[in-house]
Amino acid sequence: MNDNAPLNGDGPALELQDVEVVYERRGRERLRAVAGASLTVERGQIVGLVGESGCGKSSLARASVGLVPTTAGTVQFEGREVTPLTRRARPRELARLQMVFQNPYSSLNPRRKIGSQLTDALDVLGLVPSADRRGRVEELLDLVGLPASAAVRYPHQFSGGQRQRIAVARALAADPSVLVLDEPLASLDASAQAQVANLLVDLSRRLSLSLLLISHDLAIVRHVADVVSVMYLGVMVETGPARSLWSLPLHPYTEALIGAVPHPDGSGFLPEALPGEVPDPAHPPAACRFHPRCPYAFDRCSAEDPVTLAIEGDRTVACWLQAGGGPPARPAERPKSLPLLHVKE
Amino acid sequence: MEVEGLRVRLPTPRGFATVVDGIDYDVEPAQVFGVAGESGSGKTMSMLALLGLLPAGAIVEGRAAFGGQDLLRLKGNDLRAVSGRDIGMVFQDPMTSLHPMLTIGQQLTEHMRRHLGLSRRAADDRAAELLDQVRIPGPRSALHAYPHQFSGGMRQRIAIAIALACGPRLLIADEPTTALDVTVQAGILRLLDRLRRERDLSVVLITHDLAVMSSIADRISIFYAGQVVESGRRDELLRHPRHPYTRALLDALPHPEAARDTPLVAIKGAPPSPQQIPDGCRYHPRCPYAIEICTTDDPPLVPVGGRRLACHVDPFRHE
Repeated sequence: MNDNAPLNGDGPALELQDVEVVYERRGRERLRAVAGASLTVERGQIVGLVGESGCGKSSLARASVGLVPTTAGTVQFEGREVTPLTRRARPRELARLQMVFQNPYSSLNPRRKIGSQLTDALDVLGLVPSADRRGRVEELLDLVGLPASAAVRYPHQFSGGQRQRIAVARALAADPSVLVLDEPLASLDASAQAQVANLLVDLSRRLSLSLLLISHDLAIVRHVADVVSVMYLGVMVETGPARSLWSLPLHPYTEALIGAVPHPDGSGFLPEALPGEVPDPAHPPAACRFHPRCPYAFDRCSAEDPVTLAIEGDRTVACWLQAGGGPPARPAERPKSLPLLHVKE
Repeated sequence: MEVEGLRVRLPTPRGFATVVDGIDYDVEPAQVFGVAGESGSGKTMSMLALLGLLPAGAIVEGRAAFGGQDLLRLKGNDLRAVSGRDIGMVFQDPMTSLHPMLTIGQQLTEHMRRHLGLSRRAADDRAAELLDQVRIPGPRSALHAYPHQFSGGMRQRIAIAIALACGPRLLIADEPTTALDVTVQAGILRLLDRLRRERDLSVVLITHDLAVMSSIADRISIFYAGQVVESGRRDELLRHPRHPYTRALLDALPHPEAARDTPLVAIKGAPPSPQQIPDGCRYHPRCPYAIEICTTDDPPLVPVGGRRLACHVDPFRHE
């Protein structure tokens, strides 16, 4: 247990403040993939980050572990600045901040046995004396629900779900306190998805591990995460406890995301499609970035950037429909008195 | 379309592997017929067999009656004449099914000119009309654009427009929304639903996602290891699943109204590979309800109360 005790006081495990990620593109204009986003992962907490493809969530995930440099804002891991990867050795303390990628088939070496890939991670950090390595490898495999015999097999001998568990085991080899997982459940069948999702929750609770889980699937995130942040076109539009966010979305975009989720109940419910396309992040709409697709947009939305407001019940939202400090209300309950820009079809 | 006793065997270094083992179904006009199951259950192979798209050396048995002909008996140009015109196909990843170097217009009009004998001008008009139907903004100028200029959702709409180009009576959609965001997925599902009503189109929807299935399929067949284990009307099957496998697939899904902290229920083990099909019921090694007979006898798919079910135990018959 003491292995995971906080090193620096008891601040958040991972804190991102006003982070900006800009990609310079030769011959094309620069792309601001993350345009000032903030996010906090408390110790032992599971935070889900959702949004459509192209919203910047993967860039934010990479920035949070220092894989891409930030152009503004700060990323702090247990109170320490996370610096981008360079040719120099990564500070030792940052090894406790680990990342798991979407496709374990490309992140695992196909030509080496699982055991030696896990041993590598142990060797690099010198965490375990060589006599104990085999035991630690078995322990890691056991943590992710795989038999010790998995160590002598190759990645292709496993199913997609098992490979993802191996990728998690490799991240756990560094004895991390925070795992950043980029779409770990995408491209898995329902049953494998359930297995990996349950495993992540279980690991987080057992090892008091903090998780930042990036996913486009709000339904699974609601099941797994304690807190959910919703990202749209490089900015955070809403954050709140998973349950209340799902049952009472405050931002029209969150509402649209939830309405688009199909229900497996046999009712024939046709999910609602959000009109329009995600705009080009190189040319985001002025003011509120969601206003051209928002059914409730009124004149202020196209004139002024919305401020992030605190709402009762540990929630924040960046929407002009909401009043700061007040009780949560559905977007549709607010605009009665407002001159809407366009009326929903 | 009526498919009977479809069996597909693929050559492997260790002899033939049976990937589809005796499947029957029929698809009615303006209906969406859903084929569900985990990856490797034979969903896709059973469709490729109908279009003659299996790898070389594959052996196909059975019958697939479509428009008075047996698709499985047609060869070469005869098959292409039917499958190119009357059957449209949409795949999971539009970026691999669209040609990156050809304009949208070229890809849309190729089939129309070949199968319908349209002139260039007439084909262009029809192509623009199709793009408009799948809600591509500025359809005329889209004809001159290339696939990479569109978003994933728009590319899948374009792939659907191409599949519809020759006015098919049957559309086979293999995981058409799996690679898409939910908001875009909802748009594609609504599009498919509208097309089948407006065009009397039969749709075979292949997906592992029962939530997607629930929104537009009229009838559903659940595939497991190359066989159908349960089939029936969407509402009956998803509200009252009777096969333990159907039930398990549903329990694995995050349900929007589930109570707090209900863990998802994963199915233990993994589906068998075609080389190592277990004796008896193929699902029995993973089934919590299996009894003696399940390990020895393959349960037949029999009609029970308005559906078809292949289970010796039928543990949920009274629910």
